[in-house]
Amino acid sequence: MSAEALTGGIPLEELLRVLFFQAGFNTAVVVAGTAALGLAGGTVGTFLLLRRRALVSDALSHATLPGIAVAFLIGAALGLPGRSLPLLLAGAVVSGVLGLLTVQALARHTRLTEDSAIGAVLSVFFGLGIVLISYIQNLELAGQAGLKTFILGQTAAMARGEAIAIGLLAAGAAAAVALLFKEFRALAFDPGFAAVQGWPVARLDLALMGLATLVTVIGLQTVGLILVVALLIIPPAAARFWTDRLALMTWLAAGIGALSGWLGATLSALLPKMPAGAVIVLVAGFFFLLSFLFAPARGLAAAALRGLALRAGYAERAALVRLLAAEGGAPAPVLAAPLRLALAARGHLRGGRLTGRGRAAARRAERNRRLWERFLIDHPTLLPGQLRWGIDDIDEALPGDLVRLLEERDAQERNALARQAPAPGRLAS
Amino acid sequence: MQHFIGRHAAAEPGSGDADAGSSPLPDPLPNPLPNPLPSPLAIRGLTVAYHRRPVLWEVAYEAPPRGLIAVVGPNGAGKSTLIKACLGLVPKVAGTVEAFGRPIGEQRRRIGYVPQRESVDWDFPVSALDVVAMGRYGRIGWFRRVSRAHKEAALHALERVGMADFARRQIGQLSGGQQQRVFLARALAQEAQLYFMDEPFAGVDAATEHAILDVLRDLDAAGRTVVCVHHDLQTVGGYFDHVLLMNTRVVAHGRVATTLTPELLARTYGGQSQAFAAALPARQDARP
Repeated sequence: MSAEALTGGIPLEELLRVLFFQAGFNTAVVVAGTAALGLAGGTVGTFLLLRRRALVSDALSHATLPGIAVAFLIGAALGLPGRSLPLLLAGAVVSGVLGLLTVQALARHTRLTEDSAIGAVLSVFFGLGIVLISYIQNLELAGQAGLKTFILGQTAAMARGEAIAIGLLAAGAAAAVALLFKEFRALAFDPGFAAVQGWPVARLDLALMGLATLVTVIGLQTVGLILVVALLIIPPAAARFWTDRLALMTWLAAGIGALSGWLGATLSALLPKMPAGAVIVLVAGFFFLLSFLFAPARGLAAAALRGLALRAGYAERAALVRLLAAEGGAPAPVLAAPLRLALAARGHLRGGRLTGRGRAAARRAERNRRLWERFLIDHPTLLPGQLRWGIDDIDEALPGDLVRLLEERDAQERNALARQAPAPGRLAS
Repeated sequence: MQHFIGRHAAAEPGSGDADAGSSPLPDPLPNPLPNPLPSPLAIRGLTVAYHRRPVLWEVAYEAPPRGLIAVVGPNGAGKSTLIKACLGLVPKVAGTVEAFGRPIGEQRRRIGYVPQRESVDWDFPVSALDVVAMGRYGRIGWFRRVSRAHKEAALHALERVGMADFARRQIGQLSGGQQQRVFLARALAQEAQLYFMDEPFAGVDAATEHAILDVLRDLDAAGRTVVCVHHDLQTVGGYFDHVLLMNTRVVAHGRVATTLTPELLARTYGGQSQAFAAALPARQDARP
């Protein structure tokens, strides 16, 4: 198979040259700028996701379109050259923030839930933007063709200076998150507690939404307003599968975002007819899929493996306990071959009989099972999440004082049972 | 569970066996407390409404200089709202709340808070130690990282609730009782002088109940004030010195022995009074 077939018709050399910034300074700057955008999206998005504000930023990005159109009209009326980027982006900020405030006002002052408010604002603002853009197209003003690139994004049209500005602003947004890391963590986890300590929760929320606005607006050109929200949501959602630690999650989200931007911009530089935003988002989606399936902490494959291990663990412990009971005269259990092999491999079983180690393991398993059962009876609502109760060692799963309490109660119960049903030998005497 | 609590109460009479925090009030804050100490908590004319329906109606209450105070009342009586309104977490229609003689907003470093366990997402990617360290954020201030000294303080708070071994656990892997202890440790890490706790005993196991009670008594022995929403009439007398009976407005307040009477409970709980009067323990003077 030729290299070109592998890369879908793109010469491999060309791909490598773009990927490693060898395809001319302009392309290199655009690719680096988009990578920085992805990095900023991942870091800011981590906290948006944890603060449950991810969809609000979708309303924000769709609400930028009428602002872009109005800014273009103002520019044309003032006789500015057709497509003045700073003016258009200023318009985007104004109408985006207006959309955001509308969502907040609707959610606060009416009985509409936030998701219905988001849906209403998103579609109405976007519809208004489309109408305005169609109107502008009929005017046949210079530069109006560039407006549509804001909807789906295009890296090819980006000038060098614009790419550098995007890169710098994105780096600034990521740096702001790094600076406010502790504050955003407190805000996202427990805003009430943060407020009691005197943190200005409303202003921190505003700062977070401001950073989201920044990422959205600088992402309009490359990714487009329909898909820019993906840069804020997909990298952190993918990162969450890999870790339970916030700092690591933020780094991973930044890395996944940057990688998506880098690879996506490279591909779209080679496929100029494809909308860049869609390509970048598909690359990010590919990383999400990988994480969802294969991440060891929370991925699908890992969960399936844990399920298998749980069933094997139950079977093994039950077999040990029944083998021990068989030594006391109970009927000997019939064990499936894999189970026998597994027990033999652990040194618990030799020649169909329990070894010393096997006996000790059986006693431990029996105690563990009894105490877990006692815990389940006494505290049915308190089962720890993400623990294999009945299998995991109870001494490691619960605090020592609670385990001692369970042991005490278990001993009491068994004494009581023993008194109710005295041994036959004692009856005879 | 009963023998457990009874045993503790019997061993206790007044002898606050405090290991930690028993030093006299450390007060390194920029606004020193006046002497004599004003009431830790003075609420005047506090009224709160949700959608025009009053939830709190002209609540007035002055906390005694020290001790453990239970806030008791039926579901929907506004107990949690009272705490949130005191802390400025819900908007007031009217009224003032002072802590140690100053508006409570100026005393944030002297206030500790244990919210209801259900109020946060326990799948959040942080460890128990991270959560407890949040109790130090007010001291750490803007932009700075959590230093080693603050981590030590957080770990010490975890020790006090018997959770030091779980410092590195992601909080979602903890049981309900353990999560409640983490919340309590976070409040301890605040090293406050006035604590608000919203149902810390709700849905916890006996060992956690015991651990929380130990901490409350340590705080009491160290001269702290604890205002605690409590739902279990059976244990009010054993756990608390003072009680505030409320149902939208204040029905009565005072020492448990003289306030937790069938008549006052009937006025607090309205139609449900018979059942609640029957639930009262025979003796309410378990604590002197």
